[in-house]
Amino acid sequence: MFLVVWAGSATAGFLGAITGLGGGVVVVPLLALALHVDLRYAIGASLLSVIATSSGAAAAYVREGISNIRIGMFLEIATTVGALAGAAVAAHVATGFVATTFGLVLLGAAAVSLRRAEDGAPQGTPPAGLARTLRLHGRFVQDGVPVDYSAQRAAPGFALMFVAGMLSGLLGIGSGALKVIAMDNVMRLPFKVSTTTSNFMIGVTAAASAGVYLSRGYIAPGLAAPVVLGILPGALLGARVLPRVHSRVLRLVFTGVIVALAVEMFFKGVTGSL
Amino acid sequence: MQPWTDERMERLIGGVLRTGVLLATALVALGAVRFLALHFAERPQYAVFRGEPLALRTVSGIVRSAVDLDASGLIQVGLLALVATPVARVAFSMVAFAAERDFTYVAITFFVMGVLCYSLFGASL
Repeated sequence: MFLVVWAGSATAGFLGAITGLGGGVVVVPLLALALHVDLRYAIGASLLSVIATSSGAAAAYVREGISNIRIGMFLEIATTVGALAGAAVAAHVATGFVATTFGLVLLGAAAVSLRRAEDGAPQGTPPAGLARTLRLHGRFVQDGVPVDYSAQRAAPGFALMFVAGMLSGLLGIGSGALKVIAMDNVMRLPFKVSTTTSNFMIGVTAAASAGVYLSRGYIAPGLAAPVVLGILPGALLGARVLPRVHSRVLRLVFTGVIVALAVEMFFKGVTGSL
Repeated sequence: MQPWTDERMERLIGGVLRTGVLLATALVALGAVRFLALHFAERPQYAVFRGEPLALRTVSGIVRSAVDLDASGLIQVGLLALVATPVARVAFSMVAFAAERDFTYVAITFFVMGVLCYSLFGASL
C-alpha cells in the first residue's frame, strides 16, 4: 500500500505541478475509491499534497520568473477571504448541490478552454486601470522568446477568485481549477503564467485550512508520509518539464484533468460523500 | 549591497520554498523509515476513521513526540514544516516588498498574512 500511494502521488504531483491544480484531483479518488481509505483521511492527505505540489514546483517557477508574484499576492486577498467565508457558511449550505453545480461549471469551462486558440491577450496590450496601478504585468520566456504580458480585467478576475476561494472552503478541494480559468479566460494571462501562478497560490489557500484538519485528527502520518514523499519528486519533475511543453499541449492536459475533476465533483454531489 | 529588484525577490522566495520543502522531506523521510520498520508487516487500517491520537493533533504534542524520535511524531513535525513553508513565503515576500519600497504590496501581503494567521490560529483558539 505504501508503494501504491507513493507512485500514485508522484503522478499527482507531476500533473498538479504543470496544470496548477494541485495534487488533490488524483490523490482523493486514489485513496478513497481505489484504496477504500476513509474520506476524511483522504482529504487530509490531499490537503498536504496540494501544499507539497505548490511549494515544490513554485520554488522552480518563481526563480524562472514564470509565475507572477504580484498577481499571485493580489489575488490571494480574494482567495483567502473567500476560503474563510466558504468555511463559515459550509454548515448552512447543501454542499452536494454546490459540488454538482461546480462539476457542471467545470465542464463548461473545459469546453471554453479547449476552444481558446490564442494564448493570453495580444502582446503589447497596455495594462489599464487596476492592473496598471497594481503593476499586474510581467515577462517570461516561452520557446526561447521573451513574452511581455499584462493582466486585463483585474476587478472581475478578483471577484472570480473570491468565488474560487469560497468553493475551496466549502468543498475542501478544487480551488486551483477556477483560479486557472479566471486568470486564463478573464484576466487573459498567458496559459503558462496562469497555471504556474495558480500553483504558487494554492499552497497558501491550503495552508490556511491545515490547522483545522490537523486538530480534527484528519492527518494520519502513515498515509501522509508516502503522499508527501511521492508528490515532491513528481512536482519537481513537472516543474522541469513545463518550460519545454508547448502551451497547446498543456491546455489539452489541463482540459483532461478538469473533466476528471468535474466527474469527481458530480459523483460527490450525487452520492453526498462530501 | 545590491539593490532590491523583483529578480532578487524571486531568488529569495525560491530559496525559502526550497529550504522549507527540503526540511519537510528530510523529516518525513526519516519518520517514514522508522514507521515502515515498525509497521511494514501490518495491513494499515484507514478504512475506518478513528482520528489521530491527541498527541498528534496539536503542535506542542507533535513536537514532544518528535523530540522522542517517535516515528509518527517525526512525520507530523515534517508535515508542520511543510504547512509552514507557504506561510514563511508570504512573510518573506512582505519583507522583500518593503525592501523594494513597494508599499502597496506590503499592505496587500500584510492583509493576506493576517487572514492566514486568523484561519490557522483563530479557529482553534
